[in-house]
Amino acid sequence: MTTLTDKPTAATGEPGSARSLVDTVFRAREISIAGALVLLILCTWIANPRFLDSQGVKDLLLNASILVLLAIGQSVVVVTRNIDLSVGSVTGLSAFACGKFVADTEHGVLITLLLGVAIGLACGLVSGALVSFGRVPALVVTLGMLYIIQGLDYWWASGDQINAAQVPEAILHLGSGSVLGVPYLPLIAVVLLALTTYFLRGYRSGRELYAIGSNPEAARLAGTPMRRRVLGAYLFSGAVAGFAGALWLARFGTVVADNAHGYELTVVSAVVVGGVAITGGTGTAWGAALGALLVTTIGSALVVLKVSSFWQGAITGALLLAAISADRIVNLRMTAALRKRSARHGHGA
Amino acid sequence: MTIRTAARGRTAATAAAVCALAVALTACSGTTKNDAKNDAGGAAASSAKADPNAPLKKNLKMAFLPKQINNPYEKIVDDAGIAAAKSFHGTAKEVGPSDASASSQVSYINTLIQQQQDAILVAANDPNAVCGPLKQAMKQGIKVVSYDSDTAKDCRQIFINQASSEDIGRSLIQHIGKQIGYKGKIAILSATQNATNQNTWIDFMKQELKDPKYKNMKLVKVAYGDDDDQKSFQQTQGLLQAYPDLKGIISPTTVGIAAAARYLDDSSYKGKVVLNGLGTPNQMRKYVKDGTVEQFSLWNPENLGYLGAYAAAALASGQITGAQGDTFSAGKLGKFTVGKDGEVILGKPTVFDKTNIDQFHF
Amino acid sequence: MAMAPDTRSPAPGAAGKAEPPLTAGLRAKSLALRWDTAVVALLIAVFLVGLGTTDGFSGGGNLAFAFNDISEVALIALPMTLLVVAGEIDLSVGSMLGFSSALAGALWNAGWAFETIVPIVLVVGILGGLLNGWLVTRVGLPSLAVTIGTLALYRGLASVVLGSDAITDFPSKYAAWTANTTTLPGTFLTYPIVLFIVLAIVTAFVLHSTSFGRSLFAIGAQEDAAFFAGIRVKRYKLLLFVLTGLLSAFAGIVFTLRYGSARADNGTGYELLVISAILLGGIDFDGGKGTLAGAVAGILLIGVLRNLLTLNDVPGEVQTVVTGLLLVASVLTPRIIGAVTERRQRRAASAAAATT
Repeated sequence: MTTLTDKPTAATGEPGSARSLVDTVFRAREISIAGALVLLILCTWIANPRFLDSQGVKDLLLNASILVLLAIGQSVVVVTRNIDLSVGSVTGLSAFACGKFVADTEHGVLITLLLGVAIGLACGLVSGALVSFGRVPALVVTLGMLYIIQGLDYWWASGDQINAAQVPEAILHLGSGSVLGVPYLPLIAVVLLALTTYFLRGYRSGRELYAIGSNPEAARLAGTPMRRRVLGAYLFSGAVAGFAGALWLARFGTVVADNAHGYELTVVSAVVVGGVAITGGTGTAWGAALGALLVTTIGSALVVLKVSSFWQGAITGALLLAAISADRIVNLRMTAALRKRSARHGHGA
Repeated sequence: MTIRTAARGRTAATAAAVCALAVALTACSGTTKNDAKNDAGGAAASSAKADPNAPLKKNLKMAFLPKQINNPYEKIVDDAGIAAAKSFHGTAKEVGPSDASASSQVSYINTLIQQQQDAILVAANDPNAVCGPLKQAMKQGIKVVSYDSDTAKDCRQIFINQASSEDIGRSLIQHIGKQIGYKGKIAILSATQNATNQNTWIDFMKQELKDPKYKNMKLVKVAYGDDDDQKSFQQTQGLLQAYPDLKGIISPTTVGIAAAARYLDDSSYKGKVVLNGLGTPNQMRKYVKDGTVEQFSLWNPENLGYLGAYAAAALASGQITGAQGDTFSAGKLGKFTVGKDGEVILGKPTVFDKTNIDQFHF
Repeated sequence: MAMAPDTRSPAPGAAGKAEPPLTAGLRAKSLALRWDTAVVALLIAVFLVGLGTTDGFSGGGNLAFAFNDISEVALIALPMTLLVVAGEIDLSVGSMLGFSSALAGALWNAGWAFETIVPIVLVVGILGGLLNGWLVTRVGLPSLAVTIGTLALYRGLASVVLGSDAITDFPSKYAAWTANTTTLPGTFLTYPIVLFIVLAIVTAFVLHSTSFGRSLFAIGAQEDAAFFAGIRVKRYKLLLFVLTGLLSAFAGIVFTLRYGSARADNGTGYELLVISAILLGGIDFDGGKGTLAGAVAGILLIGVLRNLLTLNDVPGEVQTVVTGLLLVASVLTPRIIGAVTERRQRRAASAAAATT
């Protein structure tokens, strides 16, 4: 991962010292999350070694994959100081549509995935156009889209269900198969993560997303094509959500209308836990993915630790709050340190 | 005022004051649960006499109110009921909420009262939350039948039970006991924590387990998959990791058993852990055929809807009042007798396995 | 507004910076006002259509039911309106409602007196609000993130205190106060709705006619400017979070009595319902804009529309789509109207310039 992210940094040819300091700050957020994750996994593993046997690791990775994908998509929107609450509905609609499409047929994997992406793109286009060209608050529009897409999905499905027996074997294999012992889904998530990270840091348009999020006014004055960039972010998030829907079908085999119902808040919390500020401008896709991994691992660990399922919600909530508070405190410390150091280097003035 | 001081950081003081107030109130003995028990009035007993020979009325209007409108299982039940209503020249419809929460059915009941339906058939998400409006409906002469999941007893005239709850609970333990040789740890994967029917069945399972022949079997955990496919899937994973020597899982819910079967199917636990419970043949066919699941059971959901429609019509036509011993005929299913507490039992559940699964398509 | 004289030297700069957003805010406010009126008009129109076309809509029983059915959402929406005006949000309200319901149920089951339970539950609501407010104002976390966390936390606590139980048999003398069959004599107003009306009037007065209310708009429009103008931003926000927690807990008691069932999952998803109701009423999520009348109209519109559509057998899925469309329309329409009038004014101005 680091090799990938470092290359474009060098290519941009910015002053090395300042850049590496910024890197340290950014990385600190992710390191604290990764630390929490490792600690959690270690403790659970000590309590129950089966948590990390081959089946356990496979389950852990598979559980997290879809949330990781959605979190990566969401992080690209959130850095622009926007939000996409419709992802749960889009995933649900796409999963059901793909299920309906492949049911009792021999449709291939590729065309199904493309269908999912197309549905997601269409939804993302509507949300994105409303937010960027309609200049309306993202929270309201995407909340509206959440309802609209969910209503259409339920209306269309009207109690139908696609069963695993109806889904072609090739598609189910995508959800459960693996290469060299690593299941496909986590691999897909890692590839998307690498591409997104590369884009956000290596391309001008990627970095412009951060500029828009941290100071829209300045970004506009600097001539950033804001509307196009924000629309692009929504298209990406929508496409990822649609893609995740197709994978949902592959993974679970059974789909009904309300798949991924209520997922939007889980995705947003994963992104926030991952250090992507809801106020825009900071955070990485890599952090969001870690956040998603942490959120699902908490869930799995509690079950393995035989914590009563009644406690699960409370503990998850408390850990989320602790994570964002700790993140905030670390961030404040690092900013202070950064300021001190840049003052010493004479950048302070 | 209280809030202001709280905001000013004097929370402790406020809290103390309120607590003092609370204690004072307790001291002068407020309303407690025991008082309330006494004032809960009994339901108005129906004074009308049943006339078993009354013909079924024509053009009856009835409505099915399922737990949740996009639940595939409930859809099968309701569609069969709607078709049955047509067969005796009535009209039936299905209305309902898109989420299975306690409160969401209430506004639909109110609407059905306004629409002056002849009968309401309800699968209650919560036995008590729907009570008030159902009593209002009965007061206005609307007949109320609960099916699938019962309401409190005095809020409906008849409950169509898919099979006796005791039968379901006990037979699931008997089946899995036989499968695992009456030895080892078992777990239950249920629906939501509050699901009435599942909780009733689980209680009977626990009672059955007290029988000495199960002394080597231990129920280690009841997990809840919330009737959500993905959550049930993950709960199954968790169960198997937390209890590596688990011998069997009982999932008394169609969503849960399908998710658990799918997990077992491509995990290393396949063939080592016995899965039993309640499922639909369409969902389970794949897993029965590939050997993940040996057997599971269910009643015929179409018959449940069919019987419900006939029972509602019999009530609305005055053939029965819901009193114990009333009898009515339900078309192709034959004669049924109302049992204790207005309960009508559909029959024994069917056990599905490799040999018979292909005869069923629902 | 309340600039102290000794800050005069930086004042011109600050004022100059603040000027454009302020006027923009004013313009947007007048547009938002228009949306308020539109929602009120829509509400009246829907009401009239209901009276004219649907049997059983106008019956006192039905109206009492329709309004009573949204009483919890309406009660929570009042403090939430203030919070959104001040640029914050609370997503934990539905969970707090559930926690309050579960706690009331657990204590009731343990044999506590109902008169004792109510104040305890309300204190818990205040504490929950304090936690939200403290994390937002003192730790400095964004409210969206904090309240997503407490959404999970409070719902989790609800299921810890009550588990899978559903507690019933609440005292009928109190339950009667919340029932849709007990109305203010001669009207279709149930007691929760009467309480809502009283609180709405108080809130409207506070928001629009007191300096406290005006400072909330200032905070929402430009927090830094408000702070430098001497408004105690953090304290006010904390107070609003506490109020929201308190009202959510109270709504939990109303809910419990009304349905006669205390469960840990009561009120799941209410947060989005409350927020869509007030956003529909023209309260701007970016803060600083909106009127309470609009918010109230938004809440009532959702209630009446839902009742009317259900009476006409419109499936729930379509109602969900309608809610979504209305939400999008609520933010899009004022923008479109604004763009059109602006273009017309510009054209008129250039025409005027050409003639002179």
